[in-house]
Amino acid sequence: MKALVIAEHVRGELRPVTLELISAAKSLGGPVEVAVIAKDPSAFTDAVNVDGVHEILAVAVEQDEFENDVYQGAVEQLIAERSPQVVLLGFTVGSMGYGPALSAKLGTGFASDVFAVREEGGALVAERSFYGAKVNGEVEFPGHDRVVLLIRPTAWQPAEGAGSAGVTEVSVPPAASRARHKDWVEVQAGDVDITTADFLLSVGRGIGDKENLEQFQELAEAMGATLSSSRPLVDAGWIPNARQVGQSGKTVKPKVYLALGISGAVQHLAGMKTSGTIIAVNTDPEAAIFNVAHYGAVADLFEVAEELEKLF
Amino acid sequence: MKVVVCVKQVGSLGDEVEFTDDERDVDPDYLDYALNEWDSFATEEALRLREAAGDGEVVALTVGDEDAEDAMRRALAMGADRGIRIWSEDLAGADPITIARALAEVVGAESPDLVLCGVQSSDAVQAATGAALAELLDLPRVAVVTKLELGDGSATVHRELEGGLVDVVEVDTPAVLTIQTGINEPRYATLRAIKQAEQKEIEVREPGELGAPAARVRRMFVPPKGEGAEMLDGDAAAIAARIKELVAEKMQ
Repeated sequence: MKALVIAEHVRGELRPVTLELISAAKSLGGPVEVAVIAKDPSAFTDAVNVDGVHEILAVAVEQDEFENDVYQGAVEQLIAERSPQVVLLGFTVGSMGYGPALSAKLGTGFASDVFAVREEGGALVAERSFYGAKVNGEVEFPGHDRVVLLIRPTAWQPAEGAGSAGVTEVSVPPAASRARHKDWVEVQAGDVDITTADFLLSVGRGIGDKENLEQFQELAEAMGATLSSSRPLVDAGWIPNARQVGQSGKTVKPKVYLALGISGAVQHLAGMKTSGTIIAVNTDPEAAIFNVAHYGAVADLFEVAEELEKLF
Repeated sequence: MKVVVCVKQVGSLGDEVEFTDDERDVDPDYLDYALNEWDSFATEEALRLREAAGDGEVVALTVGDEDAEDAMRRALAMGADRGIRIWSEDLAGADPITIARALAEVVGAESPDLVLCGVQSSDAVQAATGAALAELLDLPRVAVVTKLELGDGSATVHRELEGGLVDVVEVDTPAVLTIQTGINEPRYATLRAIKQAEQKEIEVREPGELGAPAARVRRMFVPPKGEGAEMLDGDAAAIAARIKELVAEKMQ
């Protein structure tokens, strides 16, 4: 199946998901074309010229950074000119802004957060999760000869090896951009860098109440761990952003990741699943965190925490 | 100030799961239902906009059968003025593009100043309905908004990227914004408000032409566990002791 991959970049850096998209595209067996939409596409064309890529499409636009209307207009034109059967975008904040719109406008098939794809008798089948990742589903696209897929980051290994694809310049008319990039705001640095910690004690919604946080902060100190958390605690304002693990927080890879009361949303798992040893305590035996944990315990986290306090 | 907020009743699974006979979905008996978490933040944001403007209306929309009115009632109890529920049997298990088509006509007819959706629903996690809806309405859109300041003919919003980096975006309005958790603190509905919400009007509409579905679930299944976690047995003390051993061993 002929695949069109849309490269993603932010602040001058190619996003790693791009090379994963190329791997997903290669697995479909057809030609792989990679589009680089940027003010200066040549800044990224070498990085995406990896083994298995047939052609690189360099689309020069006025904007430095991602904007929905700019990307959507360019990709619509590329689809019309190149007729890919599958258009692969990352399941990322950028693609969420225009991928579904492309599908709605062009009447294509659509699925997002896809972690497996294959061809079955000429038709595309994608796999994705439902219901808090407790259930997987095979998704088909009857009647569609073109499908837009948003691919889960880290689901594929990045493509590697030097490529020999030619670069074709594609010119697109300037887009009337209705949502314009103005500025960047950095994440507050915070008092710790959880990405360099060897041992993270990470707490989630299961701790129940803000008042309980201090107990886990003390436990982390006693155990020689750094305290981190999943998103809900940051949303609630209990813990600063700098300590958040997950897609919208930090990606961490400590030697030991001890997760207390974290159910394991996909976005959280993406930020910690490559940790050396993952130990998870949760009251729900079906919690998704147990799918990536090396050691698990179905138990009340407060009871376990109390016992840990005695030991450290 | 008229804000349309699109809400969804989501299902969550407990410890057990069974599938429907055609295996295309989970047996509803195994699901607990609630207002989607992201949508409660979107509803709160809509209410704040109406309150800041001093007048206006918040209209809650949902696509779902009669049972889905529970989630809508929650949005009404928080303070939405009225609700519209869109339904036909064709929408059972529909993909997000089809849901957006079902919403588009009704949202368009309301001519809102702003349309807010949750970033994603917790049960399907497609993060797609809002952007598809914007396209069908030919409106600008920003996905994953964590801050919203309304201007004259435009809004300045924070778009939260991976890693927590924030893109400050100026978006022309009317627009569709998908709202991220943490943007505000959703208010609790008081018992009195919940009672009053029972009296609020929920209009029921049939969707217009839906077109071909963008996707169809062929089969759902419980994922293979893989190697899975080695489960630690015993009481809390035994588990804690084993954790201590593991930490000592793995930290070397």
